[in-house]
Amino acid sequence: MTAALPSYNFAYLDEQTKRMIRRAILKAIAIPGYQVPFASREMPMPYGWGTGGVQVTASIIGPHDVLKVIDQGADDTTNAVSIRAFFAKTAGVATTTKTTEATIIQTRHRIPETPLKEGQTLVFQVPIPEPLRFLEPRETETRVMHSLSEYGLMHVKLYEDIARHGHIATTYAYPVKVEGRYVMDPSPIPKFDNPKLHRSPALQLFGAGREKRIYALPPYTDVVSLDFEDHPFAVQAFDRPCALCGAEDVYLDEVVTDDRGGRMFVCSDTDHCEERREMGFVGADDVEAGQ
Amino acid sequence: MYVAVKGGETAIANAHRLLADRRRGDRSVPALTLEQIAGQLALAVDRAMAEGSLYDPELAAMAVRQSRGDLIEAIFLIRAYRTTLPRFGTSLPVDTGRMRIERRVSATYKDMPGGQLLGPTFDYTHRLIDPAMAGDEPVEDGARRDWPGESCPRVTDILGHEGLIEPDKSADSEAPGDLTREPLDFPADRDLRLQALSRGDEGFLLALAYSTQRGYGRTHPFVGEVRIGMVDVEVEMPEVGFPVTIGRVRLTECQMVNQFQGSAKEPPQFTRGYGLVFGQSERKAMAMSLVDRALRADEFGEERTAPAQDEEFVIAHSDNVQATGFVEHLKLPHYVDFQAELDLVRRMRREQKARATDAADEDAKERDAAE
Repeated sequence: MTAALPSYNFAYLDEQTKRMIRRAILKAIAIPGYQVPFASREMPMPYGWGTGGVQVTASIIGPHDVLKVIDQGADDTTNAVSIRAFFAKTAGVATTTKTTEATIIQTRHRIPETPLKEGQTLVFQVPIPEPLRFLEPRETETRVMHSLSEYGLMHVKLYEDIARHGHIATTYAYPVKVEGRYVMDPSPIPKFDNPKLHRSPALQLFGAGREKRIYALPPYTDVVSLDFEDHPFAVQAFDRPCALCGAEDVYLDEVVTDDRGGRMFVCSDTDHCEERREMGFVGADDVEAGQ
Repeated sequence: MYVAVKGGETAIANAHRLLADRRRGDRSVPALTLEQIAGQLALAVDRAMAEGSLYDPELAAMAVRQSRGDLIEAIFLIRAYRTTLPRFGTSLPVDTGRMRIERRVSATYKDMPGGQLLGPTFDYTHRLIDPAMAGDEPVEDGARRDWPGESCPRVTDILGHEGLIEPDKSADSEAPGDLTREPLDFPADRDLRLQALSRGDEGFLLALAYSTQRGYGRTHPFVGEVRIGMVDVEVEMPEVGFPVTIGRVRLTECQMVNQFQGSAKEPPQFTRGYGLVFGQSERKAMAMSLVDRALRADEFGEERTAPAQDEEFVIAHSDNVQATGFVEHLKLPHYVDFQAELDLVRRMRREQKARATDAADEDAKERDAAE
């Protein structure tokens, strides 16, 4: 028994599939924040591991693109390494870890600290595209709610947070309103990154493979995080700088250094941290001792 | 000093190397051949083909081998390959009435044309682990009959002659839907629903089917019949002007016959639940037919109260490749979001402590004032 060994197209997907996905992307760009159904393919990596983002990237990438892939802000997390290797292998494109050099950045859970520029495309991996899902699990219902702009339920949820905790208790996947029309899930980025979505010069594409949805934010789109006049949206603030590069206005990872509560805080965006250190910035390299 | 962890690439390469090592196992033991897997673990291969929705025993055997016997992983391998294959066209509906029957049982009639044929079933085996399985003792050939040549009408057709069962709706002229090519929209048409069920996870469908028997959406089912055997796959060839057989596949079909009281529009009659699965998989075909019937609640004006009757719930969660991916993705790093939650929990604890301290101060002041 010998089976014919399969061979694959540039960037894995066949051209018909890419065309279908590009159509969905164009529609998504035309209706910012609207979730466009698409015939998501079964990819050679598991659902929930970036199949939506990979399909979007595969459909827009060309031989001259430079690809960066991050997961949790870092280029060297295993799944980011794996996806980068997938495109290096199937498309033979140049890859980079530098935000400024990349034409396409595929990301999971973060937006790079370095501001993006015109001409760059940020591709988000999305697990649950429906911002209303945990308020109403049925797709048949939530689609009607979107079409009628019926977002009262979301405001009630945020209000209940305030009533119970004194503030909104959503820290990531914080819902936004796009161009005053669609409420959108920005994917599970920390709300710290939400302001970066607003009027970004880069094209932002969101791919949800398992849920078969694509949505988009064209450059310079208004993206407003939901809030109340008396409880305005605020991002997380860290009361210390990065221990390695001293950066202050960035998102930090808490790294546990021993089993007695010792820990330190370092940049989540590894490229940003490295660039700063190359420029000569130095952090206190301090470990916060535990009890 | 803390150094950001590097070396994901080496770690992945080493993990793959170790996986290949473990897959092969003890090198002094001969490696499994595809013939051994396809021939001796045929039901595992059948399940991989059915839920992988690609009929290719050789490829499925490779997938089972590559996945170390993890069938959902094997199904995943087949699916990821299937998705890259070109679509040449659609076959004609297979005629299971002309199946070369290997097994056929009916629970509704003692005998009928074509008869009952037990075939290769576990049904009446006593489940005692057979010491012979430790070795390789000679095995007798199966008893065979000459192909009687008679057709084996489906039990539902027998009922149909009397009009006692709802007629099978004739296939509409449109090509059947394909949920692997078009995004699925709810409510889904029955062709898409059956496709989803046929690809669905055997365990999930089994549990749902079982739930209908225990009262969660009861359908009063009888096995009209289950049949297993080979059927011809035919395609219309415009060039030659008649259907051409392009191959033969083994299928398991289950026609469940269910009670229905009738309504203002319809006289009392039996209704159908349908199951059709690649390979030999009676459990799956029977479960599928029960769930299919449960999902047809709206057609018969039945109240939808049970999980098995809820199309969006059933179809959105029946695919084990999707389910396993999303459940297992939780092991991917989530430390950015977790950091955000840590920060929030710490803040909420500080606030609660402050409130408790304030309240205690207030109490103390009141006590002082009272004294």
